[in-house]
Amino acid sequence: MIYREAGQFKTTYRADQAVFPIPQDRVAMVLILLAAYVGIPLFASEYLFLAILIPFLILSMAAIGLNILVGYCGQLSLGTGGFMAVGAYAAYNLALRVPELNLLVVFLLAGGCAALVGGVFGIPSLRIKGFYLAVATLAAQFFLEWMFSRVGWFTNYTPSGSVAAPRLIIFGYVFRTPAEKYLLCLFLVTIAALAAKNLVRGRIGRSWMAIRDMDIAAEIIGIRPVQAKLSAFAVSSFMIGISGALWGFVHLGSWEPLAFDINRSFNLLFMVIIGGLGSILGCFLGAAFITMVPVFLNQLPTILGIPISTAMISHLEFMIFGALIVFFLIAEPHGLARLWAVGKQKLRLWPFPH
Amino acid sequence: MKLKAIFALAAAALALPVAGADPALAQGEQFYPALVYRTGAYAPNGIPFANGIADYLALVNERDGGVNGVKFVIEECEFGYATDKGVECYERLKGKGSTGAAVITPLSTGVTFALTEKAPIDKIPLLTMGYGRSESADGSVFTWNFPLLGTYWSAADILIQHVAKKGSLKGKKIVLVYHDSPYGKEPIPVLQDHAKTYGYTFEAIPVTSPGVEQKAVWLQIRQGRPDYVFLWGWGVMNSTSIKEAAAVNYPRDKMYGVWWSGAEPDVLPAGDGSKGYNALALHPAGTVYEVHKDVLKYLHERGKGARREDVGSVLYNRGLINAMLVVEAIRTAQGKFGNKPMTGEQTRWGFENLNLTAARIKDLGMDGLVSPIKVSCADHEGARKARIHQWDGKQWVYTTEWIEADTKYLRPKMEAAAKAYAEEKKITPRDCSKPQS
Repeated sequence: MIYREAGQFKTTYRADQAVFPIPQDRVAMVLILLAAYVGIPLFASEYLFLAILIPFLILSMAAIGLNILVGYCGQLSLGTGGFMAVGAYAAYNLALRVPELNLLVVFLLAGGCAALVGGVFGIPSLRIKGFYLAVATLAAQFFLEWMFSRVGWFTNYTPSGSVAAPRLIIFGYVFRTPAEKYLLCLFLVTIAALAAKNLVRGRIGRSWMAIRDMDIAAEIIGIRPVQAKLSAFAVSSFMIGISGALWGFVHLGSWEPLAFDINRSFNLLFMVIIGGLGSILGCFLGAAFITMVPVFLNQLPTILGIPISTAMISHLEFMIFGALIVFFLIAEPHGLARLWAVGKQKLRLWPFPH
Repeated sequence: MKLKAIFALAAAALALPVAGADPALAQGEQFYPALVYRTGAYAPNGIPFANGIADYLALVNERDGGVNGVKFVIEECEFGYATDKGVECYERLKGKGSTGAAVITPLSTGVTFALTEKAPIDKIPLLTMGYGRSESADGSVFTWNFPLLGTYWSAADILIQHVAKKGSLKGKKIVLVYHDSPYGKEPIPVLQDHAKTYGYTFEAIPVTSPGVEQKAVWLQIRQGRPDYVFLWGWGVMNSTSIKEAAAVNYPRDKMYGVWWSGAEPDVLPAGDGSKGYNALALHPAGTVYEVHKDVLKYLHERGKGARREDVGSVLYNRGLINAMLVVEAIRTAQGKFGNKPMTGEQTRWGFENLNLTAARIKDLGMDGLVSPIKVSCADHEGARKARIHQWDGKQWVYTTEWIEADTKYLRPKMEAAAKAYAEEKKITPRDCSKPQS
């Protein structure tokens, strides 16, 4: 009933090709954006902002980047942590060495650096595919991690290898409170999501998907694999790089290469797989699942007032979280986004199935 | 069907938090946020330390009825030595209790680096006893950091002083095996500096966290045959290093650990292979001190203690000392602000004016366990002394007297590093020659 499209006639191509062709979706999106931009900043606590929402938003952005590469272009990558590190360290060095640069420009340039590096490490994808490519991108992860912890120039020769981000000042405005930082991240993530959604609907996105589905057939119908694959690597790394810069500057404030280790890469890959490959909504669902569920499980005994030892809580967290991942993947192997799509189909008929 | 089950699950998960309420903390109690790691690769070392803190605060509550009548409430948050989880724990706990967190003791150098940026904004002092950022001993720049009892630069200096006493270091070779994190990298600048003045060759070999794979490192050491190996490890990395040293037959009595690589969980797994291994000691192990008698009498005999077998171990005792410093800082602050729970800002004042004399330490039942500490605006380290102890197969035995780090060399280095940090972060250092309010 809610999703019934009866009576909705599209009279122009424009209307038919809109990002959200169904009015219900448009209304829902406006409501979600209103809640995110107005509702949450009014009510959320500092903890919610700093420990849950900001990491969720930044990792969603990284997941969007990774999903472009893995979900849309079909190139398996394990170098995400490394590309995030490129963004973070590029932003640190730009802010340090060119202090007059606007921080937004710094973030964009950091994304640009990551795109370049991503493009270079994407070159092997022209020759190798699948698991073999995953191993090649693993080399990127290890090389970049090694570079940032061993080459002193990147960390401005700090003895401990840990660098600290400067204050967040954009157009003379200092982002100090958690709500301000949240809005900054939200703004950038909104733009990234919109850009990604439009890219994958257009010519470039279609060429990525053609390569994903069958690269030889794609080549025959006139898609250049070099351009398609490398552009996927570059766009993906661009977003991952910006998210890395945000992770360092907004979330951590001070970081070492360990913050972008191989676990971060796996973490993001799980987000994309659990959220749904080839879906922008899935990136948000996956990021929410991976970042929020463990925190929630960890606090559950305290909230309920059940006296369990700290170690036990932590063990339980791992067990239940693992079980949930398995449960969701069995229930819907195509991810949470697919689950939502199925739900939407059912809602068209609800409450009168057949 | 599947969908229904998932929706039911999601609804149940969302409904749960409404059912229960946060355990309300009564007014008039001092909240202590404990960042702990009782699981994972660092748990063997994290558990005794956490238990030491829990026991001492419980002891103060049971025996004295709190500090000047203010009882402690402790909440633990498990972070598994992971920096991002530690920051989440900090955010979770910092606002709890009637005054919020009065102090944070992360027991992780990585988390310390991250919180050094956040603590001044939240006005919560960071007590990093024997770890953390070395240049934060300069209190004029690092107002909120208190690396009491010694920094890693002090530790490196003490180790070099000790081995130099055994014979000239000219032409000798020293290798540092370190945990590849800010923690392990901290001593490198001092060891490099000393290589020039003392004339030894220095090599630093990183070990990737968690450090269970060190075969290549020790083969390299076997080939290089260094005169001394310094170990800057934590958790399972320590015991692995000692086992591997035994496997390649590197003499254990030529190995020196920092004070985080010199506890029972580090040497016991290697069995006889650990015999002769040396490490720095900030304080002795053992249960012969007054405070232990009280811990056993008031807590463990009444079934309120944390874990009996930890009592008296190196890291348990360090936990006791860590909690004692917190309690005494709060007591000092109460002397100025009145007998009520202290805020972070007030506790910071307490730390900066902390003065533990020998007589006061005796009153606390810690005679012989800690040496006197005096903190000031300029010096947030308070004391910079350590001894060397050696594992004889059964217990740790002191082999030296107290060795004091060379302030004449360290202080200018520290001030220069602090100044560079202040410039990068645009902090105006406080003038410590003027009386502080």
